[in-house]
Amino acid sequence: MKVKELLAAVIIVLFFLLCYFFSPKPVQFSPTVSVVVIILLSLAFVYVFIRTFQGKFIGRRTVFVFVGVSLLLPFFMQFSLPVLISPEVRSVYDALEELPPGSKVLASFDYDPASAPELQPMADAFMKYAFEHGLKVIIMGLWPQGPQQADQSVQAAFAENPGLRDSIKYGRDYVNLGFQAGNEFVILRMGESFKAMFPTDLYNTPYDSIPLLKNVSNFSNVDFGMNFSAGKPGTVEWVQIASDRYKLPMGAGNTAVQAPMAYPYMKKGESGRKQLIGLLGGMAGGAEFEKLTKKQAKATTYLLSQSFAHMVVIMFIIIGNVAFFREKKEKE
Amino acid sequence: MADRFTAVYICLLFALLLFFSPSTPVIAQDKPDADTVKLSSIPPDTILPEYYPLSPSNIRVSDVPNDAGGSLIIEWDLSPDDHEGGKVKEYIVLRSKAAKGPFEEVGNATQGATSFRDNRTQRGVKFFYKVTALNYEKTDGEFLWKASSESDVAGPAVSTAQWFNFDRLNIFIGIIILCGAIIYFIVAAQKGKSFYIRKIAGIEEVENAVGRATEMGRPIYYVPGISDMDDVQTLASVTILGRVAAIAAENDTRIDVPVSRSMVMVTAREVVKEAYSKAGRPDAFQEDQVRYLTDDQFGYAAAIDGLFVREKPATIFLIGAFFAESLIMAETGNSIGAIQISGTAMPAQLPFFIAACDFTLIGEELFAASAYLSHEPKLLGSLKGQDLGKAVFLIAILIGVILESFGIPVHELFAVK
Amino acid sequence: MKRELPLTIAFIAGIAFIIAYFIPHPPFNRFENWFSDWFAIIAAFAIWLGALNLMKISFIKIIRKKSDWLHAILIIISFVIILFFGFYEGYRGLHADPPFSFRDPGTSFDWIYVNVYTPLSATMFALLAFFVASASYRAFRARNLEATLLLLAAFFVMLGRVPVGDIITGWLPMEYQMSQWASWIMNVLNTAGQRAIMIGIALGLVSTSLRIILGLERAYMGGD
Repeated sequence: MKVKELLAAVIIVLFFLLCYFFSPKPVQFSPTVSVVVIILLSLAFVYVFIRTFQGKFIGRRTVFVFVGVSLLLPFFMQFSLPVLISPEVRSVYDALEELPPGSKVLASFDYDPASAPELQPMADAFMKYAFEHGLKVIIMGLWPQGPQQADQSVQAAFAENPGLRDSIKYGRDYVNLGFQAGNEFVILRMGESFKAMFPTDLYNTPYDSIPLLKNVSNFSNVDFGMNFSAGKPGTVEWVQIASDRYKLPMGAGNTAVQAPMAYPYMKKGESGRKQLIGLLGGMAGGAEFEKLTKKQAKATTYLLSQSFAHMVVIMFIIIGNVAFFREKKEKE
Repeated sequence: MADRFTAVYICLLFALLLFFSPSTPVIAQDKPDADTVKLSSIPPDTILPEYYPLSPSNIRVSDVPNDAGGSLIIEWDLSPDDHEGGKVKEYIVLRSKAAKGPFEEVGNATQGATSFRDNRTQRGVKFFYKVTALNYEKTDGEFLWKASSESDVAGPAVSTAQWFNFDRLNIFIGIIILCGAIIYFIVAAQKGKSFYIRKIAGIEEVENAVGRATEMGRPIYYVPGISDMDDVQTLASVTILGRVAAIAAENDTRIDVPVSRSMVMVTAREVVKEAYSKAGRPDAFQEDQVRYLTDDQFGYAAAIDGLFVREKPATIFLIGAFFAESLIMAETGNSIGAIQISGTAMPAQLPFFIAACDFTLIGEELFAASAYLSHEPKLLGSLKGQDLGKAVFLIAILIGVILESFGIPVHELFAVK
Repeated sequence: MKRELPLTIAFIAGIAFIIAYFIPHPPFNRFENWFSDWFAIIAAFAIWLGALNLMKISFIKIIRKKSDWLHAILIIISFVIILFFGFYEGYRGLHADPPFSFRDPGTSFDWIYVNVYTPLSATMFALLAFFVASASYRAFRARNLEATLLLLAAFFVMLGRVPVGDIITGWLPMEYQMSQWASWIMNVLNTAGQRAIMIGIALGLVSTSLRIILGLERAYMGGD
């Protein structure tokens, strides 16, 4: 490692520690200041645009700085953007609304902490909704950290609605079966027997001792499946096996990168049945679901950052094309 | 100047981050107890008759078709009291081996349900069923009172196993057509027939890419994705690795293969070792050329990025199953000026590879690459057979679309069950 | 025999899965479960191969002071620390009353997971935002018709997937707003493209699998 790089790293860490121990309380911009900041950012773009037009092209680092700033600044701003509900998210919500209290929902948490910023808000909203509407949730995970992420959702639901902590009982209203290795083979085996794959729950309680699982042997005894997925194994595997083979009605929440893969499964097939009833795609999907379940939380907040970042990327696409045509003109 | 400016910006970013860096206290949690629902015994004669729902009728029990036995499906007509605000809260399904009982509860179904699948029967054993409509009042999970009405007994029914799943007959026919086409062209190729296979830019460039690394005196990096050997993409990637390693060995260029799975490491090591042996350079092979990094997705991406930035390979192959880490690796490879050939059958990652890499094998091109690089007539013949199968399916889709548009329902023929 | 045995095993395993898909009668219905159980067992044991290999290579780097030997020290220290706390908490949990798992909240292992692993993992994923921007800046240029169409699609989907798009087109009727265009591009154009690629991939999968089952494709075993 070069001396200069090591020195830069040490300075950054020291600055970090300094701010952490001696920083004042978090800053919130007033609406006027927010507008001024947005104008300043726009002027910076105009400056970059003019320089590009003059043939002085920017590097990757400048792009990174602009993206970083655009992601951070909305956290200090006090306004939020209106959220419009897409049909895919509406479908998930309507399907959950149609489930009578007491219905069993199998929730598979197939993501890890890396994807938690995108998927945890929608998972939290789902869990709170399920508890408040009397749905019985059977939690499991095909990713090792999935059940822990699910536990965070449960705790988040209790933190937001303290009354749930008394009325919702583990074993009766929800159960965490834990993680099982085997990817799609686990789903396949669950089609015959849940117990074969999960002889005990996460806390080593035998399957047969759990009241919620008393009459649950496989997918035919579950009313709805909800999958939160960041990759493989994930929504595609659940749809191909649980929904397609065992006819489990399924909804899903995916990261924005994975969401396009799930769109083909939301088309109506034979006899009007959709393989995937609906999809919460990325942060926007999470914010829409929060709005429908009347829980304005992280996804709604993060959506402002995402909006800023999208605008920045679009500006750079335009600037990139200006650079391209400028270069082409110079070559000619 | 730009660097200093950037450094100041980064410091400011970190400072701003601190205001919103959440503390993550570790909260010790009590282990939840598995509560048991206590059933209160309420004498039935204390419940007024108007609370009793009418029972469901027309109970039918049948064997679940196309299965391994052990499952029966019980269907019924709804109780007249099953409606919004009605007396029926749920249905209880009871089972016995004798018509007169004793009956045991095997499952329940929610209000509005008209069927239940009993997956815990025994093949060849007769069972009798009753369905009970249940009305109740509960508080905190405990029954205050229950009132139920039983249907007539239905049965006997026996579950049996079938020798062929006729629900999948259409898939069977499809596989016969496709595999038949592939085998036909393989046999034709063995008899000496040659086939035209269109050029795939990424595969054509493999030799040039390896040559570039040789000229620059820098290594080649081959990343086989993050799936295990049970993924066909990884198999295809390891197959291509063998071909690429052979070219690298002939050119006396080091090829490094950092992997994410232990079994892939073992397989890839054998493949590369064999490639070096076949090229007549067994001594040049070193075991640490193929090394395991980590199973963790982003830990692997971080390690790969670090290797790219420090080792500065001239050529990078990103071939296999990738997920969100694909762009992180591809962009880093692009930033160091390496020529990148990628290939994946993950549709979500293809746009990232196309944006960041010089050449991309899209979907089935990844599976064709091995046949392509081997120049073996049998393998090239299989590509031809695959194309014929694709043509048959395309025509079937077109015909199906036209017939469906005119109201002739043919979708059932193509349904996958 | 060295070549014939693996080829035979590959053939039997492949045919077994195909048969199991079409014949539900026992014992064929259990093939998938048997093989999947064995795969899970082998994969679980195989992880030690990788971990030991990583340690071996790291130690050799340190001993021979090869390039990046400092990183190798970091790898070994991290590995040992997490292994130590995993076993320590596991042992403590076994002998505690009531017993707990090494992964339970409140343990040192969980602290490392929540405060070290989770932020590191999220940081790496967050890099994507920056790389998407730099890749878009470099790649989305109107070089030809296809690139222009790609550029326009990216423009509409990026704007339509956040509320900003609907704010910009708020003056239009609901069905012509940016989010509807983005939905249309995703539901129609993207779905068509995805399906086409998925059909091609499925055919390629069948062909590759058949070549492996029939023993025509042998490069994965090392050699032709």
